Amino acid sequence: MSAVARIWAHMRSSKTVMVSGGILAAIALLAVIGPWISPNEYVTADFGSILRSPTLSAGHVFGTDDLGRDLFVRTMMGVQVTFAVAIVASVVSLVIGVLYGATAGFVGGRVDAVMMRLVDTLYALPFIFFVILLLVVFERNFLLIFIAIGAINWLDMARIVRGQTLSLREREFVQAAQLIGVSTPRIILRHIAPNLIGVVIVYVTLTIPQAILIESFLSFLGLGIQEPQTSLGKLVNDGTAQMEGASWMLLIPATLLAAILLCFNFLGDGMRDLFDSRQSR
Amino acid sequence: MLRYTLRRLLGAIPTLFLVIVLAFLLVHAAPGGPFDDERALPPEIEANIAAAYHLDEPLPVQFLRYLGGVVQGDFGPSYSYRDYTVSELIGRSFPVSVQLGILAMLLAAVSGISLGIVAALNRNSALDRIVMGFAMTGISIPVFVIAPVLVLFLAVKLQWLPASWTGSEGASRLLLPVLSLALPQIAYVARLTRASLIEVLSSDFIRTARSQGLGTAAIVRYHALKPAMLPVLSYMGPAVAAVLTGSVVVEEIFGIPGLGQLFVRGSLNRDYTLVLGVVIFYATLIVLLNLVVDLLYGVIDPRIRRR
Repeated sequence: MSAVARIWAHMRSSKTVMVSGGILAAIALLAVIGPWISPNEYVTADFGSILRSPTLSAGHVFGTDDLGRDLFVRTMMGVQVTFAVAIVASVVSLVIGVLYGATAGFVGGRVDAVMMRLVDTLYALPFIFFVILLLVVFERNFLLIFIAIGAINWLDMARIVRGQTLSLREREFVQAAQLIGVSTPRIILRHIAPNLIGVVIVYVTLTIPQAILIESFLSFLGLGIQEPQTSLGKLVNDGTAQMEGASWMLLIPATLLAAILLCFNFLGDGMRDLFDSRQSR
Repeated sequence: MLRYTLRRLLGAIPTLFLVIVLAFLLVHAAPGGPFDDERALPPEIEANIAAAYHLDEPLPVQFLRYLGGVVQGDFGPSYSYRDYTVSELIGRSFPVSVQLGILAMLLAAVSGISLGIVAALNRNSALDRIVMGFAMTGISIPVFVIAPVLVLFLAVKLQWLPASWTGSEGASRLLLPVLSLALPQIAYVARLTRASLIEVLSSDFIRTARSQGLGTAAIVRYHALKPAMLPVLSYMGPAVAAVLTGSVVVEEIFGIPGLGQLFVRGSLNRDYTLVLGVVIFYATLIVLLNLVVDLLYGVIDPRIRRR
């Protein structure tokens, strides 16, 4: 795992990466610990304290919503969903993208041409509308949303991995493996894939904000996460409906979502700068 | 140029075909039928309904019938809006969305390019940092966060602008939706323009122009701007797609009776034919606009055509 250690050492040299990564880690930690410490439950409606503005004394740090539910716990739950989407969707896009791209790049020739032609064609499709179609047709559940988002994001990964594989294919250690008769799937898994870690890490950080964006977009429209569960997108939608009397319901989740997306974008940009400077050296 | 145009036009057909096949199959893979109700209908009536909507035919025949209709611009009847065809619904709501989209794209192009030029010419200055910081924020924050926050401050708190479409007239009701839609695109265009102009300004022919005594304004205007616009132009395809997606949210927030709102209502009502029709319509629009951008690219940069 020396490659991972090297990348970590490299990451520590960038202030952008460390600051944005640190903020994200802090938000994630708060989202895990917060609901655990808080005396409130995310589903418990308390009709005695509807639409309370945020106060420290009353025990509702982020206030309550129109059903009297504690918004701190709900917001933290939304953050959890956001991070869950980030992880699941990036794993899905990573697995599909790396395997597809590495296969196309390694096998080459006509197979490569057909596989990449398919990627180009899929690229031209407005996927978000297909995801909505998917959610209209089938029952809305967590897993389907996650997989659908991951399935959109693999295209970029496949393209980049393919390009990288094309150059790896010509290296001596791959030719040596071919010479002693290692099978193609095994070469891709054991020799090509581990050498792609650097590129893959960079592009995973760049696709995470897109995945988060799609989930919150769907939840905002009411097509994503369903009540009583919630996500940041859904909370923003609830807040939009209540903004005239209870602006905190909109502003708190909106700020948090914006901060998470901004940090992920800075993180991705910083990682790409590191990665590019290493390439040019 | 004609051969290039024809080739690109033919290239778009498989993509559009794939869109229609995928969308059609997805809808027909749905468990249950569109007329399944809690109340069981007599079998004869069910058979009559199925026959009226051609649901009793084998899938390939249904598909060919649907494809034949789509080619002629007929997406069939809507399931939830009685007495309306999907084409009528699209035709009624699309002009509103077009107005919104064109204004947002214009605003994005003009202000994005201007900001990008300013940032590129004052590279690494405080002004550049401010513009780029704004751009990063604009790229990160989604339309459905920007729009409600703008409404909260400009419409609810300050009451400068109307918060919704109905009950107001003229340009004032357009301002907030257009601004919300355009902000992220302004950010993207500014970043692209800055990066590409900086690159062009460091090339040899600019140095030559400078050595001949041309001022910065003239260099940017006559030499640097056109080549620097190529990446911006190729972003216009994705930008149109982003504005279309954004308009879905913006129309919902402001209550604008456009295509996006129709699509969301259709989705929540499980109006299969309507959603299917709008998806195909959106996809066709995006593919065709991408084609137009590609052709424009060929006009500006003749090297592309020969590939």
